[in-house]
Amino acid sequence: MATLAPIAATMPSRGPTAILLRKLFGRKVVLVGGVVLVAMALAALAAPWITPYDPMALKVLDRLQSPRAAHWFGTDELGRDVFSRVVFGARYSLMIGACVVVVSVMAGVLLGLFAGFFRRLDAPIMRVVDAMMSFPDILLAIALVAALGASMTNVIIALSIVYTPRVARVVRASALVVRELLFIEAARALGVSTSRILFIHVLQNIASPILVQATFIFAFAILAEAGLSFLGVGVPPAFPTWGTMIAASQQYAHRAIWLPLFPGVAIVLAALSLQMVGDSLRDLLDPKLRKTL
Amino acid sequence: MIRYLASRFAGMAVVMLIVAILVFVITRLAPGDPAAVMLGEQATAADIAKLRATYGLDQPLPLQFAYWVKELAHGNLGQSIFLQRPVTQALAERAEPTFFLTLFSLAIAVLIGVPCGIAAAVWRGKAVDQAFSAFAMLGASIPSFWLGLILMELFAVSLGWFPVAGYGDPGVPLSNRLHHLILPSIVLGVVNSALILRFTRASMLDVLGEDHIRTARAKGMSESRVVLHHALRNALIPVITVAGLTFALLIGGAIVTETVFGLPGVGNLVVSAVLRRDYPVIQGALLVIAALYVLINLAIDLLYLAIDPRVKY
Repeated sequence: MATLAPIAATMPSRGPTAILLRKLFGRKVVLVGGVVLVAMALAALAAPWITPYDPMALKVLDRLQSPRAAHWFGTDELGRDVFSRVVFGARYSLMIGACVVVVSVMAGVLLGLFAGFFRRLDAPIMRVVDAMMSFPDILLAIALVAALGASMTNVIIALSIVYTPRVARVVRASALVVRELLFIEAARALGVSTSRILFIHVLQNIASPILVQATFIFAFAILAEAGLSFLGVGVPPAFPTWGTMIAASQQYAHRAIWLPLFPGVAIVLAALSLQMVGDSLRDLLDPKLRKTL
Repeated sequence: MIRYLASRFAGMAVVMLIVAILVFVITRLAPGDPAAVMLGEQATAADIAKLRATYGLDQPLPLQFAYWVKELAHGNLGQSIFLQRPVTQALAERAEPTFFLTLFSLAIAVLIGVPCGIAAAVWRGKAVDQAFSAFAMLGASIPSFWLGLILMELFAVSLGWFPVAGYGDPGVPLSNRLHHLILPSIVLGVVNSALILRFTRASMLDVLGEDHIRTARAKGMSESRVVLHHALRNALIPVITVAGLTFALLIGGAIVTETVFGLPGVGNLVVSAVLRRDYPVIQGALLVIAALYVLINLAIDLLYLAIDPRVKY
């Protein structure tokens, strides 16, 4: 942790982004969260090289072995190494989370900017957003996956649809404030095109709340994917995501508690780290919270 | 007040109409013929045609929607394909465990969240605050189904303190059935107390910085009276909003928790319906839960009136 402090110190000294990053990485919570996330992402990328076993390799003679030197996290009901599966699971779970963030932020930004900038579009877009937010996240996701069919792509599509309204709401609220500012009027007077005003000038000024929302959506998406897979309506069991691993462990949990334990801890660590970073970012960006927290 | 209520009901009607359209569209998103999907691979062409006619699936989509809305207006959510009974009846039969699970979880979440949030605000920056804030963040990061599974293994299977799963027969006394809900309610309540804790803390900190609190302290009022009498009452408004939001979260959480604990509630019904592609049940449950959420939001706004005399509509 201490070794990362110089990184913050060497960051460029000017500009609001640099100041924000320096303040952000000056917080222990962010450093811890950041280190865990980076470690998980690296482990996911390097999974084939750092795992001792093939995550799919069946070894029935070694089934349900408790954690030991040969199998750090034990083995599952088919003798597969749980550690290797948890590390490979990071690939799928983090990738699904990242894809959901990218798609929902892009769609949410588009909808939010249109609603916040064009008065005629505001009511129709926001009523649909309100209606979509009337469903509990997991219920809407279940219904969408039920309709689209259970596959990894459809889980990403379903969760992106579920989280787009959250982004749209935040973007609209910020865009409503920014559109009244003088520099937008000045840009208009200079003849800058509406699309350039929207996607360059406005977007640049509302990037921070979008970033905060993106970190939370990343965490929610990891939790939701696990929930869907657990219910048997998400990613097919053949893919070792953290959720499918917990789902498959249900039958054997009384004999082998390590089966649900380790993938669950991985989910908690990933979601917790993302929330730690997102929380600190929000505190720093919100003047009211900065005062009270 | 009457004008406010009228405008709120009108807004609610618009949102519910869009909800109905969304529910209709979602269930029609499935690729292929829904009747063929529902009946499975063994179905004959005649069976499929019969089902299409029974559910009006052979009609154009706008007509199907109009017919569905007309039936909704009469309180008819359709007929479950798998259960062979009206969806309203299936939902009503499964409502009891879900209702009590949600209610108990909300009570636990409030009982943990509000006092811990007050303590964190009063001792801001101290160890208590840091511990509760860490707990809140952890709570928001734990999947309820996973915690349920682990606690079930520990307290129900290993120690035998609680029933392992199920809800007991309808014939057994209510108290017996509710005994099955203790562990699921604790799981759902603890996980969802995080949001209430954080909002109570933030809201209390806001209020504790206000002038009337300083005045109360200057008058020599005891700290406990200042906190509990003057600050808490004012801090309650945002907390009530969050409690309402938590209620919606709990309905979602209940869907997953019911599956872990084998509770025969609405959540379990929805998951089974999804696995069996019983679209009328999925449609009905989505609609009823969304309507509940919209109504809860309205109830919260009205509750403001009772709690804060400054709020006028």
